[in-house]
Amino acid sequence: MTSTGGMAVTALLVIPVGAALLLALLPAYRLSAGLNVGVSLLTLLIAVSLFKARPAPNLYLLVDDFNVYLIVLNNFVSFTTSVFSASYIAQEVATGRLTPAYLRFYHAMYQVLLFAMNLALLANNIGLLWVAIELATLVTVLMVGIYRTHEALEAAWKYFVLGSVGIALALFGTILVYLAAQPVVGEGLPAMAWSRLLVHAHAFDPALLNLAFVFLLLGYGTKVGLVPLHAWLPDAHAEGPTPISAVLSGLLLNVALYAVLRFKMLMSANAAALAPGPLMVTLGLVSLLFAALMLYRRGDSKRLFAYSSIEHMGIITFAFGMGGLLANFAGLLHMTLHSLTKSAIFFTVGQISQVKGTQRIAQIRGLTETHPMLGWSLVLGVVAIAGMPPLGIFMSEFLVVSSTFAREPLLALPLVAGLLLAFGALLLRLNGLVFGEPQGSMEPARASYLPIFMHLALVLLAGIWLPAPLVAWFMHVARLLG
Amino acid sequence: MPNLAFDIAHLLAGGMVVISLLLLYQDRLYALLNVYALHALLLALAVGWQAYTQHAEHLYVTAAIALLFKAMIVPATLHRIIQRLGIHRTIEQVLGVGLNMLIGVLLVALAILVMLPVTAAAEALLREDLAFALAVVLLGLLIMTTRRNAVSQVVGFMSLENGLILAAAGARGMPLVVEISVAFSVLIALIVIGIFLFRIRERFDSVDMQVLDRFRGDRRQ
Repeated sequence: MTSTGGMAVTALLVIPVGAALLLALLPAYRLSAGLNVGVSLLTLLIAVSLFKARPAPNLYLLVDDFNVYLIVLNNFVSFTTSVFSASYIAQEVATGRLTPAYLRFYHAMYQVLLFAMNLALLANNIGLLWVAIELATLVTVLMVGIYRTHEALEAAWKYFVLGSVGIALALFGTILVYLAAQPVVGEGLPAMAWSRLLVHAHAFDPALLNLAFVFLLLGYGTKVGLVPLHAWLPDAHAEGPTPISAVLSGLLLNVALYAVLRFKMLMSANAAALAPGPLMVTLGLVSLLFAALMLYRRGDSKRLFAYSSIEHMGIITFAFGMGGLLANFAGLLHMTLHSLTKSAIFFTVGQISQVKGTQRIAQIRGLTETHPMLGWSLVLGVVAIAGMPPLGIFMSEFLVVSSTFAREPLLALPLVAGLLLAFGALLLRLNGLVFGEPQGSMEPARASYLPIFMHLALVLLAGIWLPAPLVAWFMHVARLLG
Repeated sequence: MPNLAFDIAHLLAGGMVVISLLLLYQDRLYALLNVYALHALLLALAVGWQAYTQHAEHLYVTAAIALLFKAMIVPATLHRIIQRLGIHRTIEQVLGVGLNMLIGVLLVALAILVMLPVTAAAEALLREDLAFALAVVLLGLLIMTTRRNAVSQVVGFMSLENGLILAAAGARGMPLVVEISVAFSVLIALIVIGIFLFRIRERFDSVDMQVLDRFRGDRRQ
């Protein structure tokens, strides 16, 4: 309830916009890469300050226990990605894949994306949330197409068409929620504010709310990458610049899932409405199994990890669909750890493909011999994402599985089958990439390892020891989610 | 004159559904654009009428945007793009006209069957409006999925957006913020599309999505 909190929230939105304008004007790419890092660090620090001083919600913006950790996570990964991006694009300029004019555009768009994601997380208004996610979609479409190759353009177009359809369905759902709220809350802005909606949700018309949730789940579910609405995701990850793949997988999917979860809270608050759980459980399981099978036939390293993102989003959606304290806790933990691990993997894969000049798995071998640092980072990252102990994701997956066994043993079978399938596929591909006879270019990597190590260290730490306040706080949020 | 107000709103929204059905089987790009312009014109009238009957002045802005931007500027621009690209030939449709129309009619029936029972408590005007809006949205989706050409996919998407605006305008007292931002988003979306069309032409001299579709999933070498 302080004005410093209000200022922090304003700064989180204003700084990226200001930086975007500045970066669009700066011609020197080295300078703008540095500025990009600086600004991202600044927004991270401001985001952390929200823990201390939290503003009172108004009709547009809201900071509560649920979104504050996502805001910090969002700004943290944006910061580390900007560090990675600085070394990555220097290499891209050196090889002539990107020209300085495009870099100006790239950096400006990076900050606009940061703004859009912060806005989506901070929004207290379901309309504002929608606008922010649409903005984020459009920006990432432009970024995916930045290389202007045949493949990049097709990936961007596919993403644009599917993303727009998803966004359109979500808007229809948003309008329906407003219509359900309007007779109870009254006309105008209050009928779109989370804080008001949640209080009055029990009195909403359940039929309208049900229909709205179906549209919202399908609409935002497209952005989460849930099967069968996932077709844009692997292409967009594979053809865009790697920092963008990292941000897409690590952050944007989370932001879309956050929107779904908010609406799920609304549904749970209304006793007469459809239970959202079974829908989410089904979509989650289908995504998990489909992606796990698809992992086996991937020939492109970035596409491989994009499918792995679909798989993990499936697990998280499944966990939240199961609901209950333990499953929600596991879902929140998994969201955080997947974000950190997957972006670290994309940082590594991006550097590997720069060194080797290819993303093809078949053309990359023996990385641990030629590039030990990159090779072992990849091993650690993949082992983490496959869910091996002692890394953090093992713990969250274990919690999901055990809570499912306790409540719905039959559902646990396909869940475990999916996890094992994905595990096998990832280790199979990893083996080919990092061991064996070295192949391809041997030149040393000129990259910054700092972001990779920071992320992996956090994931390892989370697997061994979770600080008690963090656990208590995740528990609190899990209880809120119902 | 409550009945007249209802009848006119009904006529305009129903007209949009009919025009959406017309869009379904236009197999020439110019004709498609002209019909789309009519679609946007009707949207402008429908939103303007809502603004008048609801005494919601801000909706006039939305109506004006629909009239100027969607019914005039966008079709004219796309017209020029088509001319410059030299693609004013027949659109190849995935489905035949008959099948297309049949699916279209079924979608309209579906929209009405879904919306009317759900909104039983709401006022009659809103109920009909929402059912028509959902029909327009579904028909827009159908156009997007049955067309292979980038320009006609874009037209399908824009007709879908028109349906959304119709729904938003029908929701009494929905805040202005959202409407303006919706309009802005459409604007941004079109800029994106413009850039895309330009790039696609630059690279392949074709806006036929089938050319792009050769690349699916993984490349195998």
